[in-house]
Amino acid sequence: MIKAGVIVFPGSNCDKDCEYALKEVAGARVQFVWHKETSLPKLDLVVLPGGFSYGDYLRTGAIARFSPVFSAIKKHVSEKRGVIGICNGFQMLLEAGLLPGAMLRNRSLQFICKNIFIRTENPKTMFTNHLKKNQLLNIPIAHGEGNYYCDPETLKSLQGNNQIIFRYASESGQVNDASNPNGSIDSIAGIMNETGNVMGMMPHPERASEDILGSHDGFGIWKSILTSLN
Amino acid sequence: MATAVMKKKKADQSGKGSGKLFEAKVYVTLKKSVLDPQGKVILHSLHSLNFKQVGAVRVGKYFEVRIQAKDLAEAKSHVATMCDQLLANTVIEQYTFDIGEVKK
Repeated sequence: MIKAGVIVFPGSNCDKDCEYALKEVAGARVQFVWHKETSLPKLDLVVLPGGFSYGDYLRTGAIARFSPVFSAIKKHVSEKRGVIGICNGFQMLLEAGLLPGAMLRNRSLQFICKNIFIRTENPKTMFTNHLKKNQLLNIPIAHGEGNYYCDPETLKSLQGNNQIIFRYASESGQVNDASNPNGSIDSIAGIMNETGNVMGMMPHPERASEDILGSHDGFGIWKSILTSLN
Repeated sequence: MATAVMKKKKADQSGKGSGKLFEAKVYVTLKKSVLDPQGKVILHSLHSLNFKQVGAVRVGKYFEVRIQAKDLAEAKSHVATMCDQLLANTVIEQYTFDIGEVKK
């Protein structure tokens, strides 16, 4: 059985949801890890959950990377173990330089909390192997700073290396400006690193893992991770 | 480091180390190549207040940083490094700063 650790920062608010989805729905062993820990137990997967770590002071995710646990996470990444950062967790991965790019305010300047659709762009990853190419997921977003930005060269390399995992799409699968909720460059909703063991995404799979939540489309991500790590 | 940030708040404002005391006024703004939707909204609001002369607004952050250093060059170099590492996210932001010695 795979062992996952959900990192808890002051201001995290999706940590329990991630634990529930991984443990009760997907069937992994899960433990919480407080951000002050300087080392990690032997984990197959680290989850950086959503929330407002450190009150979003300075920039979203900017202070969390100074938490003691982050050097242990960097070591975990260098050992090619899995990391998924969701929403604020994605913002932390960007600020920590574990993923390229940065987040800007949503172009509408509004906090957006609603269900949207994302399209699976690369199903050949440890995070998406149970999904099909172009599979649409009905999944919620809840963020004020999810407008992904990177310079043109970085975008080119993300595209060339198939590091773009999810794009915002319409219900019929169209990727265009109208289906882009926050203004992200190239409609990017989720990317991974070159090695393929670190993924960040703005939508919340843990909030869409069971029918009772209105959608179980996020479950495919947990199932993919468990399959590839088992 | 997070605890270091907390401790710094309690320390007196002259910082640690010997030498002269400098104060940097640091301005961080989005790069010209990055759209600034906040600036745009403020521009439109100024227009609706009848400031039709306003052509552009960009929003940024402002920091006052007090730092001990042996001379101006050293203080400048420290401030530039802290901008690169923390105060600005250089993927999307640029910074400038004015710096001068604080006379005691």
